[in-house]
Amino acid sequence: MSDRLAVRKTYKLYVGGKFPRSESGRSYLVQDSNVALASRKDVRDAVVAARAAVKGWSGATAYNRGQILYRVAEMLEGRRDQFVGLGETPADVDAAIDRWVWYAGWSDKIAQVYGNANPVAGPYFNISAPEPTGVVGIVAPPDSPLLGLVSVVAPAIVTGNTVVVLASEGQPLPAVTLAEVLATSDLPGGVVNILTGRVAETGPWLAAHMDVNAIDLTGVPDAELARSLEEAAAGNLKRVVRPPATPIDWHADPGLGRLTAFLETKTVWHPKGV
Amino acid sequence: MFEYAPAPESRSIVDIKPSYGLFVDGEWVDGEIRNKTVNPATEEVLAEVAWATEAEVDSAVRAARSAYENVWSRTSGRERAKYLYRIARIIQERSRELAVLESIDNGKPIRESRDVDVPLVAAHFFYYAGWADKLSYAGFGEGPRPLGVAGQVIPWNFPLLMLAWKIAPALACGNTVVLKPAETTPLTALLFAEICQEADLPPGVVNIVTGAGDTGHALVSHPGVDKVAFTGSTDVGRAIARAVAGSRKKLTLELGGKAANIVFDDAPIDQAVEGIVNGIFFNQGHVCCAGSRLLVQESVYDDVLASLKRRMALLRVGDPLDKNTDIGAINSAAQLDRIRTLSEIGASEGATQWSPPCSLPDRGFWFAPTIFTGVTQAHRIAREEIFGPVLSVLTFRTPAEAVEKANNTPYGLSAGVWTDKGSRILWMADRLRAGVVWANTFNKFDPSAPFGGYKESGYGREGGRHGLEAYLDV
Repeated sequence: MSDRLAVRKTYKLYVGGKFPRSESGRSYLVQDSNVALASRKDVRDAVVAARAAVKGWSGATAYNRGQILYRVAEMLEGRRDQFVGLGETPADVDAAIDRWVWYAGWSDKIAQVYGNANPVAGPYFNISAPEPTGVVGIVAPPDSPLLGLVSVVAPAIVTGNTVVVLASEGQPLPAVTLAEVLATSDLPGGVVNILTGRVAETGPWLAAHMDVNAIDLTGVPDAELARSLEEAAAGNLKRVVRPPATPIDWHADPGLGRLTAFLETKTVWHPKGV
Repeated sequence: MFEYAPAPESRSIVDIKPSYGLFVDGEWVDGEIRNKTVNPATEEVLAEVAWATEAEVDSAVRAARSAYENVWSRTSGRERAKYLYRIARIIQERSRELAVLESIDNGKPIRESRDVDVPLVAAHFFYYAGWADKLSYAGFGEGPRPLGVAGQVIPWNFPLLMLAWKIAPALACGNTVVLKPAETTPLTALLFAEICQEADLPPGVVNIVTGAGDTGHALVSHPGVDKVAFTGSTDVGRAIARAVAGSRKKLTLELGGKAANIVFDDAPIDQAVEGIVNGIFFNQGHVCCAGSRLLVQESVYDDVLASLKRRMALLRVGDPLDKNTDIGAINSAAQLDRIRTLSEIGASEGATQWSPPCSLPDRGFWFAPTIFTGVTQAHRIAREEIFGPVLSVLTFRTPAEAVEKANNTPYGLSAGVWTDKGSRILWMADRLRAGVVWANTFNKFDPSAPFGGYKESGYGREGGRHGLEAYLDV
């Protein structure tokens, strides 16, 4: 037996590809670890980082984004044990890895099932194709801190959006550890920003932020809070994903809903003629 | 012209064995008859390769059937996807090796195998990997079923890329395959067999049988094959269509072409000339969708021709492994004969032949980049696929005439349009009877974009969502 003292990890935020502490200097205790307690200012910093990343990420080829999401799966596979050590079941970790693979494949296919040529009645070329909506705020599921988190983040970013995520308040450690995975997966800084802390404190600032284009309230079980966040989101007509009416089975086929929720459809007309 | 120092890519990365067997049921088996594959740039014998007999083809089909019934059809889409992603990753990791081997066996410039072929191969596997667990979303109904065993025969012009076009969608949809590479270019397919082993792909899911036409015939006419996919000449395609007649085999054919590359007077000439050169001299013109008929609007004919000749004089023909080479070796003596024969016919029928001054290596199979002017639609070089670096130049006056001439061919694989006017591009695209229309570009390929022909250029599409249909029971 060694008498060497273990080096503990500091659980920080993940913003703009870096790991800052909360600017507020606060933390809260989870599983004997101090976890950063994000503030309104941290939300704003994260939105700035997410907005700055939109141009590069949405401008990357779909193929490139798919490669990077697949790389996330590779990195996550390599850290399987770490997540199990945080209390995740092996089945959840496996499903989280496979979910990255599933969404990686959608990068260059969603336009092929959610876009189309339109046979308009006239001499026009007419095509509708999806585009990312921009910055998406996400309240991650509180009860599925890895699989649920991956299941809400991956579909938002694969199409070119960037996200600010409020991690599971009660179980934030997998989210911070996932940030370490993302940071080593060639994912550009700012595409995913993860804040830990109190959803009731940061959620309203995120929902009301005028530079956020959409908000996913999947992780807001409190109906009253969800309603007030949706109201706040109406200020700039954010696209809203409401909390599920019944609990989500995170192991089921995710479908397309979380991809299409954060897509705009652009229709282009062009005349045909000599 | 600039003088370039030689910049050869090292061959030390490839390990060519003296002899190769057949890859059946995950293992190497010796073949009865042997054949040799040569480096077309030097005529050096590279390796001895098996020439599969009917019995050997039969054992490969049986292996594929068994793997289909016992393993692959019971493997979930999610797991099939992960095998294909693995293969894609190994291709990326071993890309240099694959590129060098492809150039040695095929004769194509290393710049092309390195920058075009191999990256597209990896991308194709990535793309179809992603479909394996999403087939219910592909627009063919819920849970579309695979066909079973696919017999696939591919040509020598893009050996590994054509393999990818065949194997990736087949496996993604849940089929197993027996693939026959061309007899002059088997080596990258055989290296791919090793990659399947490295990926732990279950035995029998991919089987590679080398050989020539009789091996291919045995494969496509085998009663245990549910699906036949062929890329190659229109004549062989016709023979295969006859061979599968009356059976339940699903057939897709990607055959020859005689594409028109149409240059209007408002096109940016320098850009168009780059496109013309790329269209016909890319891969020595061994491209089914090559822009082998240049249609130039009369008013800019002199400018385009002068510029084209200037550009052609800068093309570097020679060692495929030299990184500065633009045009490599003709793939085989037989193909060189065909190119020479058709060129002689072109001259004897009255067209004017021109090539830039260009010294060719003494050994190997070479043909200088060539254009024919004064070509009419009746000339054989305007009608028949030459499959070499030979361009026939015709002219037109009006868009309607361009369409008439472009469509005046039994083929319909591709076409090119060069004009500054977007509405004209779309007007032309509507009228061109071709499966791919490139506008202000040429010879662009992407795994997400369907590719395939109209008319006698074949049927079925490879690539994209449409490419799944060939391998599903729909």
